[in-house]
Amino acid sequence: MRHAYPIAIRLVQSLALLVCVVVLNFLLIQLAPGDTVSVIVGEMGGASPETIAALKAEYGLDQSIPAQLGIYLGKVLTGDLGYSHYFNRPVLGLILERLPATILLVVTSLILAFVVGTALGIFSARRPKGILSHFVTVFSLAGFSAPVFWTGLMMLIVFASLIPLFPVSGMADVARPGQGLGYVLDVLHHLVLPAVTLGMIYVASYSRLSRTSMLDVLSADYIRTARAKGLPERRVVYKHALRNALLPVVTMVGMEFGQLFAGAVLVETVFNWPGLGRLAYESILRRDYPTLLAILLFSAMLVMVANILTDLAYRLIDPRIRGRGR
Amino acid sequence: MNVIHRLTLTTALAAAIASASTVGHAAPKEGGTLVIGSTSTPRHFNGAIQSGIATAVPSTQIFASPLRYDDQWNPHPYLAKSWEVSKDGLTVTLHLVENAKFHDETPVTSEDVKFSIETIKKNHPFKTMLQPVTSVETPDAHTVVIHFDHPHPAFLLAMSPALMPILPEHVYGQGDIKTNPANLKPVGSGPFEFDTYKQGEYIKLKKFDDFFIKGKPHLDNIVIQIIGDENNLMLSTERGDIDMVPFLSAVRDIERLKKDDNLVVTDAGYDAIGPINWLAFNTRKQPLDKVEVRQAIAYAVDRDFIVKKLLGGFAPEATGPIVPESPFYSGDVDKFAVDIDKANQMLDDAGLKKGSDGSRFSLTVDYIPGDPEQQRNIAEYLRSQLRRVGITVNVRSAPDFPTWAQRISSYDFDMTMDNVYNWGDPIIGVDRTYISSNIRPNVIWSNTQQYSNPKVDELLEKAATETDPEKRAELYKEFQKIVVGDVPIYFLNETPMYTVYKKGLKNAPTSIWGAASPLDDVYWDDGSN
Repeated sequence: MRHAYPIAIRLVQSLALLVCVVVLNFLLIQLAPGDTVSVIVGEMGGASPETIAALKAEYGLDQSIPAQLGIYLGKVLTGDLGYSHYFNRPVLGLILERLPATILLVVTSLILAFVVGTALGIFSARRPKGILSHFVTVFSLAGFSAPVFWTGLMMLIVFASLIPLFPVSGMADVARPGQGLGYVLDVLHHLVLPAVTLGMIYVASYSRLSRTSMLDVLSADYIRTARAKGLPERRVVYKHALRNALLPVVTMVGMEFGQLFAGAVLVETVFNWPGLGRLAYESILRRDYPTLLAILLFSAMLVMVANILTDLAYRLIDPRIRGRGR
Repeated sequence: MNVIHRLTLTTALAAAIASASTVGHAAPKEGGTLVIGSTSTPRHFNGAIQSGIATAVPSTQIFASPLRYDDQWNPHPYLAKSWEVSKDGLTVTLHLVENAKFHDETPVTSEDVKFSIETIKKNHPFKTMLQPVTSVETPDAHTVVIHFDHPHPAFLLAMSPALMPILPEHVYGQGDIKTNPANLKPVGSGPFEFDTYKQGEYIKLKKFDDFFIKGKPHLDNIVIQIIGDENNLMLSTERGDIDMVPFLSAVRDIERLKKDDNLVVTDAGYDAIGPINWLAFNTRKQPLDKVEVRQAIAYAVDRDFIVKKLLGGFAPEATGPIVPESPFYSGDVDKFAVDIDKANQMLDDAGLKKGSDGSRFSLTVDYIPGDPEQQRNIAEYLRSQLRRVGITVNVRSAPDFPTWAQRISSYDFDMTMDNVYNWGDPIIGVDRTYISSNIRPNVIWSNTQQYSNPKVDELLEKAATETDPEKRAELYKEFQKIVVGDVPIYFLNETPMYTVYKKGLKNAPTSIWGAASPLDDVYWDDGSN
């Protein structure tokens, strides 16, 4: 149980941080003019003052901001994420409906980026002056610099419009939904472009990182020792060097998990992927604060979980940290 | 009861007429799915308590209404096989068809109609629509008598599918209707019944086998796919993933899709929606409180340039508060043909001389975000155009709709671009902008210009109770002349509204409500898709 104590500290810190996140998000949102009632009225094509007042009272928007914050905090602490006034539904249900799509997209891109990124990094580290290495450098730079929505649009134009290999929109064919395996294949087919688009930026940073770190490790003394012992080069690279070279990449994956969610907002919007990101974006436009706050809370929690998992992974990969934990 | 209007067509005959307006002679083919593309996510599907296109398109498929309209503003029997308006205009009697059933197989009765009228009166955002209704009687299961406290000429139009869905009382009568779970799992008596809704993804409707008009609908399914991003919607349409896009108004998209040989692009229909794009003035703010200043701005703005160049000729010109397609439209108004010299002269005469920098005064102009062609681009045009008469214009942008609405409805503006719908009858969609009793802070699309003219108030009040259509049109004619002359608003153009659909689709919606009306006549030429 030597992991228990530091993890408990991390958990307490995380909880305190979560409360801060909730309060800060709530206050930030209040800075934007207008509320969900003005959006509802806008979509209805106008409404009488009586209707507007009734809606505001119903949603508690006629109360002072500290009072609204108090009510909201009280609810969140008891596990009630609130009620979307826009959709007249509990927020939790809305989020749970959208969560699987986002997790599928984010996790796929993450795995894609990790595998492809490190592979490219290692290959180019083995021949740092080779053609492939230069190609990876240029590719990384381009992938990292291009805005994700632009990449997405380009992907759409090239692979869905000019060469119609992939579908444009959504997660499955809505007119003729498949059954069983057909459905799974349909979803995978729809997943390709958004996952590649979202993975692109991270491929870039992981390949750069693993390349540098691999080069670093390959010049270390113990690698020279391993080679001197006469171990085959494959074994030296993949067994001895890779394990150490991966450490910074794992850190990066954990740290960037939250950013991946931010990227998902754009990718989901461009590809009409029915996930949390699109819901978040649309909730801002609708001033649907309970939904937005819940999504922010959710992603804050996911980031924290990812960080704790990174910590754990570190302890497993790197024996030095295990010792210090006591 | 003195009957001045009586229609005794059978529903079958009526349906034949409704379809005859656009159909050829070939017999419709059965089956197939129609995929409709939409950018907006509806709050729910209950059109009795929620207006707007996002709800109305599915709601008009799911719910039937007492009447329906063709493309010429003529009412046709729907759930009501006939109706009578009393001579004093204080009573309307509906005779319902006897074979109509809700999707749960219970019969549609007069009690459901009474319940629906009362629910709409209480909850629908368009308060003036049913305000004069005092009571609803149900002498028998298929007769409904509606009483008014004064004649209410807009009532027949208010019985359209888009405005008066008939709800089953046994489903919607319990508890608070706003949170009724059936709003998201609706039960109606229309041609299509609700099947599934994937939030933010699609709404699937399927053919209702016991629809009370025999032989309708022809399609097996309607799927409304929600694609929030307009670029994505256009790509999907070009690829053929989407069969029909109604309510399309972006000129760039219309132009682009017109080039596609597989698609039909038409502006037929939508006459009752009546969207007008205009420049509104804060008439209580100096120097815009002077009518000459507003008129001078009207002379300085080149409406022809806006319509032909900025909007590519796709948007018809708007000359006044009522759209040309309305039976109450009058073209007898001042057109303010562009005249820069006259505008300059008027501003000089008003004592607003040019300063040493060539500027008389400066104004801000706001615009609704999200529709650059009709809003932002025209605001930018005003900046350069009004410089020619010595007015410095600062374009003020807003990040999103609520921000803009907040500014305008709290009168924190000089001029703003705006886009407001007629909604069929002036009582519903026009009066609100000009009548002085509707100057109400923090209510968007009320009289935010704070325009007040006792003569206009009087004309609108008279017209709201005048049952003779010709006399009513006379009153609106005078109203239009005065309002255009007073320039609380300078009218620019009608928002283009187009329907795009695949070539094999027959009887695409052309009624005055466009696709916000039952699609029971629509079919695929090859019987499926």
